[in-house]
Amino acid sequence: MQQIINFIIRYKNFLLYLFLLMVALGFTIQSHSYHQSSFFNSSSWISGGIYETSYSISSYFDLDEENRKLVEENRRLRNLLFNNEKPVDSILLDSAQASYTIASGQAIKNSYAGRRNYITINKGERDSVKLDMGVITPKGILGIVQNTSNRFATVQSILNVNSNINAKLKNTNHFGSLVWDEKEYNVVQLIDIPRLVQLNVGDTIVTGGMSSIFPENIPIGTIKKFDLDRAQSFWSVDVDLFNDMTNINTVYILKNVNRAEILELEEETRSND
Amino acid sequence: MISNYYFINVIRFTLLVLVQVLVFNQLNFFGYINPMVYILFLYWYPIKENRAVFIGLSFLLGLSIDFFSDSMAIHAASTVTIAYLRPAIMRFVFGVNYEFQSFKLGNATAVQQFAFLALLIVVHHLVFFTVEIFSFANLLLILKKVFSIGLATLVLCLLFSSLFSVSKE
Repeated sequence: MQQIINFIIRYKNFLLYLFLLMVALGFTIQSHSYHQSSFFNSSSWISGGIYETSYSISSYFDLDEENRKLVEENRRLRNLLFNNEKPVDSILLDSAQASYTIASGQAIKNSYAGRRNYITINKGERDSVKLDMGVITPKGILGIVQNTSNRFATVQSILNVNSNINAKLKNTNHFGSLVWDEKEYNVVQLIDIPRLVQLNVGDTIVTGGMSSIFPENIPIGTIKKFDLDRAQSFWSVDVDLFNDMTNINTVYILKNVNRAEILELEEETRSND
Repeated sequence: MISNYYFINVIRFTLLVLVQVLVFNQLNFFGYINPMVYILFLYWYPIKENRAVFIGLSFLLGLSIDFFSDSMAIHAASTVTIAYLRPAIMRFVFGVNYEFQSFKLGNATAVQQFAFLALLIVVHHLVFFTVEIFSFANLLLILKKVFSIGLATLVLCLLFSSLFSVSKE
């Protein structure tokens, strides 16, 4: 007994170090697993609050550019609205029939230099933002909500090695998965497109309809180059993003009204197998 | 005097965390270089203090950075490692005389201070990127990041340490 106590006293610093290291690695490995919401995320009130204060100062410096981006988006949407062949019926705009509801927010912290990038936005549970909602910007796709607190939420960016989003070629139904190889912050990869599909550099990539998180046809980017993968049976496509991931300000948070029902149905189907 | 000591360290801790998360984590030089200047806390921390407290504080420092940067607990793991290894690094750089009462970081030669800081940064970045990338298949990527980001951290830390010199305390 004496010896054990002596041992502990002698090596107390080493044991303390080992303990703290294990705690740190434990947190790290635990958060590797998908959707384990972690305690250490910047959506908490204190870090979110500090980021919001910082944002409220720095946002003044690019009001002009942000304004221009939003006007450009407005122009595009009005263009769609006025050139639609059949006039928009007010019944179609009825919120009871909408399958997506949209909230807006601001990105108060952005990161794109690491392997697992997260964006913090100033909307949280108070504004009914929940786990697994899609987040887009005026130009294209941004990511999926990962953690929420009362006032803030963190968004898993598409520039994250864990990110995996259903995407397809515009105007066809050939779909694949959108992943990131962490090399460049303006290029993501679309994998698992079958070899027989005809691709061209410059083709547009949009979100696919296979996910219950994003609606179909949200712009992602254009094809930069494409190669066959190692097995020579699928294309691996480099996609140039429409979004400037270094400059994120206004975001839209999409809620699929039918998501719970879709998931339930899928779960039921799986258990019947 | 004692309370003054604590006061300085608390202020330093807070300021370094804020500067790190609000300025240097947003820097993104060349798209991926974010220097980690908070290592200066370990460089400046008094030598004769209780080691257990120092290790605990370093863990907290890393954890606060993680808290802001959504990096799980990678900063904490790497910071606590250099906190534990600091006496060994100091013995290596300054020889045995760092254990004397009269030894002060400000009295060491510039080369020694530089070597001490550089070793702290190299060890920290090695642990950090090994844990972050977590695969030895990417050894080259790890080394590239350690080198480029370590260099940026070193330059900025040297600038900061010459701006806020310890010897004047």
